[in-house]
Amino acid sequence: MNLTKEEKEMLSGKHGNAVKKSMEILKALGEIYGAKKMISVSSVQIAGVSYDNLGEPGLEFLAEMAKDGKTRVLTTLNPAGMDMENWRALGIQEEFAEKQEKVINAFARMGVITTCTCTPYLIGNCPHFGEHIAWSESSAVAFANSVLGAYTNREGGPSALAAALTGKTPEYGMHLEKNRQAEVLVELEKPLRETQNFGALGKVVGEKIGNKIPLVVGQDKASLEELKSLSASIATYGGTAMFHMKGITPSKTKKPKEKILVKHSEIEEALAGLTAEGTSDFVSIGCPHASIKEIEKIAKLLEGKKVNKEVWITTARPTKKIADMMGYTKTIEEAGAKFAADTCCVVAPIKGRFNQITTDSAKGCFYAASKNKFKTRIKSIEECIKEACE
Amino acid sequence: MKLKGRTICSGKAEGEILKTTQGISFYGGVNGDTGIVEQEGHELKGKSIAGKILVFPEGKGSTVGSYILYRLKKNGKAPAAIVNAKCETIVAVGCIIAEIPCIDSIEIGKLETGMHAKVDAEKAAIETE
Repeated sequence: MNLTKEEKEMLSGKHGNAVKKSMEILKALGEIYGAKKMISVSSVQIAGVSYDNLGEPGLEFLAEMAKDGKTRVLTTLNPAGMDMENWRALGIQEEFAEKQEKVINAFARMGVITTCTCTPYLIGNCPHFGEHIAWSESSAVAFANSVLGAYTNREGGPSALAAALTGKTPEYGMHLEKNRQAEVLVELEKPLRETQNFGALGKVVGEKIGNKIPLVVGQDKASLEELKSLSASIATYGGTAMFHMKGITPSKTKKPKEKILVKHSEIEEALAGLTAEGTSDFVSIGCPHASIKEIEKIAKLLEGKKVNKEVWITTARPTKKIADMMGYTKTIEEAGAKFAADTCCVVAPIKGRFNQITTDSAKGCFYAASKNKFKTRIKSIEECIKEACE
Repeated sequence: MKLKGRTICSGKAEGEILKTTQGISFYGGVNGDTGIVEQEGHELKGKSIAGKILVFPEGKGSTVGSYILYRLKKNGKAPAAIVNAKCETIVAVGCIIAEIPCIDSIEIGKLETGMHAKVDAEKAAIETE
């Protein structure tokens, strides 16, 4: 790789140990993937925040990097293993909370904005079309590449941190125009509505084409929330970093030769496959983190009602602050539902606490089943709230 | 016999080769405290990778695997060096943060468990006796 004078200095240790280690990571990745040079990034999103995933070694690594590492670009965090303020009410153990706080403090010492969310684009880390960034969190990566038209690879936790501390990333993969072209044309039999159906679409397409980039045709319109849901499930079930949707996403692409049809019956089968019979003991909305529009909707649905099971609304803390300001939080909490800000059902240590979850998220179902061994039900937000009150 | 490949992470090591033709997922596959392979059905199951010149085709699985390599190193149970056919992100990043010598683009078919070997990752080389 051709490194600039500044990048060579970073590698030599002139800018400190954390920068040295970071540049070593980036150079190695660049060489593995055949990058010719580094490029500057303007935004970073770091995954690997929950102590449940990091463990003691992850925490030690972060503490080591925090000795002299400082972010050079806007950097935000993925969800943590708990609500950083309200963890007691959500049944998180004291010992876990103490470790989780140490993780967040290490990031804070490096100058990372410690908003723990998988939807950085909803809380001020929102790159524009054509901007080069280094994000982890597969759903946010798919949203950034597809919906925003920014350029990012699917980073892991350490490589995203390395980008934050140097402001650089190796130029390969999704940073190059030629790798962002659609590879499979996906024709929808009929347009879809609502987040659970977009989630099911992501599952169907992801399972059919893996990590290839699709061009979805036949969808007439899509809301931010629907695209957020599709981004999450297509990355979870298939592993792609990007999709195109004709008339909706901004990036140009050639029309691919390979073509598949997604029948409406396949969407329904995908939903049925994620939906067990029987009653759930846990209802959760907010995977990816709920938008203010979704919270408003939930508040209206819960007005004057009472929930009869554990209900978590997972969201970014800044989004919750808006909900507080608007009185939605009061309505939701008076109905007995709980906010779990900063965290989510994928990364919180909830294994063994519940048997079955109802959610509108196809990604949520995948991790509930694989990581936490829950049975799942996927429903619209309206139906989720209805079940919660049964 | 001397084989040359590509440097992933510099450093020198000497020891006995432990080889598998299967990929390794460090997260969930290897105990970070003991260095024992725990993955069901893996041909190295029950074996310790600690102090070995660990030879395998490529890493796989969750990116959290990088932190497992770091944990192994902190616990004194890391492999002395890693030799891959094709190194991917998880192993590369893990070796760099844990400072485990690592090379790839090596014809691992020529290496066998039990051979004594020296790895000079700076020179991207492995030499057997």
